[in-house]
Amino acid sequence: MSDQKEYTLYNDTVMDHFMNPRNMGDLPEADGVGEVGAAACGDIMKISLKIRDGKIEDARFKTFGCGSAIASSSMATELIKGRTIDEIKNFSNQEVVDALGGLPPVKIHCSVLAEEALKAAIEDYEKKNAAVAK
Amino acid sequence: MKSVYLDHQASTPLLPEAFEAMRPYFTEAFGSPSSLHRFGLRVRDGVKTAREQIATLINAESPDDIIFTSGGTESANLAIKGFADANERKGNHIVLAATEHPSVINSIEYLEKHHGFTSTKVPVNEIGQIDPQTIRAAITDKTILVSVHLVNHDIGTIEPIKEISKITQEKGISLFVDAVAAAGWHPIDVQSLGCQLLSLSPHRFYGPKGVGVLYRSRKARVTSLIHGGVQENGRRAGTENVPAIIGAGVAAEVALRDMGDRIAHVSRLQKRLYDGLMNRIQYIKLNGPVPGTDRICNSLNWSTEFIEGEGQLLLFDLNGIAVASGSSCVSKSLKVSHVLSAIGLDHALAQGNIIMSLGKDNTDDDVDYVVETFAKIVDRLRTMSPMWQEFQEHKIDSVISPTGIGQSFTERAASVSGKPAH
Repeated sequence: MSDQKEYTLYNDTVMDHFMNPRNMGDLPEADGVGEVGAAACGDIMKISLKIRDGKIEDARFKTFGCGSAIASSSMATELIKGRTIDEIKNFSNQEVVDALGGLPPVKIHCSVLAEEALKAAIEDYEKKNAAVAK
Repeated sequence: MKSVYLDHQASTPLLPEAFEAMRPYFTEAFGSPSSLHRFGLRVRDGVKTAREQIATLINAESPDDIIFTSGGTESANLAIKGFADANERKGNHIVLAATEHPSVINSIEYLEKHHGFTSTKVPVNEIGQIDPQTIRAAITDKTILVSVHLVNHDIGTIEPIKEISKITQEKGISLFVDAVAAAGWHPIDVQSLGCQLLSLSPHRFYGPKGVGVLYRSRKARVTSLIHGGVQENGRRAGTENVPAIIGAGVAAEVALRDMGDRIAHVSRLQKRLYDGLMNRIQYIKLNGPVPGTDRICNSLNWSTEFIEGEGQLLLFDLNGIAVASGSSCVSKSLKVSHVLSAIGLDHALAQGNIIMSLGKDNTDDDVDYVVETFAKIVDRLRTMSPMWQEFQEHKIDSVISPTGIGQSFTERAASVSGKPAH
């Protein structure tokens, strides 16, 4: 096409996080791991957390899903670093949507998946910690 | 960046000779074909030629059997709703293939919802073929119409229309054939197919958008859906989209003239692409028949395991390659293609779906670039996929090449999401 405009399915921020995902991978000695799936579309997201002194020290993700699911997990792992566990418990998918500069309505559930993966990872951490405390 | 268009089942570029033929009909030949003066008569003559060109492409008994509409979707609507309206005294039951295009399925659903019709969806086998005997079994004394596509729009399966029409003719029932995915790429002879209604869409074979065709044999009555003047012999009111009709006629003439060459060219590329991807990529599966007599010459439908289709499509696009996908993530309804469900494809594989359709201007170089790019895309997305990792760790098994170790991908996905995906 001779057209000068660049046509992309998502906005620049989403495309950037899809093409250059932040924190993609695993943490070998993760303190909490959350893996969740979206029954609606079949996407799967896994978030691993390193937690020290009640704060998120590091985060990684792996995602089986569309561009906006990959971008949502990339953005979510960026946003939460340094936050406390209580802050994560109140984390909302809207923060991911806003940070990405918006998602198409049909793709909002991708950001919900990121929130759920994050909370599942915290749950996993607390379960492990409770076991250690006993 | 290299640019490779592999979505010819969505649309094709307009032929330059069609464009040139259309040009005067926007400006100096602007009359309405219904007008009785020379402005109108000139245009009427052009439309007549186009009607003959379309009739020749599909070997219709007469150019009068050709109705111009606004597109393939309107043609399907007219064939089904127009036929139902004209024939409802004879019965109110329609038989269709489970893998019909949405324009067919939704037209029939409309009749069920609003006009007291019922329908029977005939299943297909794992490569999308219909057993004609299941059509016979589905026909009741209330059946007035059978609707089966010639070529599947998603997975490229060619259906046994002649065997189906033997049954419909024996039963005295009309047959509508959606030939949108076939026209221009596959020889069509409505007389030997034995159908009474057939639709096609010129922009799928290098004609313009905004025009569709419904072939209607004189044996089948249809009532107009659009009411007004007596254009198209009273079967489609409204001033004709003349430039598009002219372009459609030229595209049809060229398609018939070049059909042998086009089929030979894209069949060869299809084989090259098929062999290239089967050799280059692990855990990939072709949906629909293998290239050959059961498959349309220009399309390939793939499922690549452990990765999702929209991400693949985006990365293809960023590498200059245009493809389609039937994954739930590209659909506004979040559902995988109903065709992939109908062939019983595992949900996880349907998620990883990519559809490639070749055209006359694609080259060997294009195909080789697509194979290399696809291999890179698959590696990249698998690195990001928790499912690929779990497969490497033997926690889940491949659906395409099962090893007998671990849960299946779909079972695993269902356990992670709490309930099975639809």
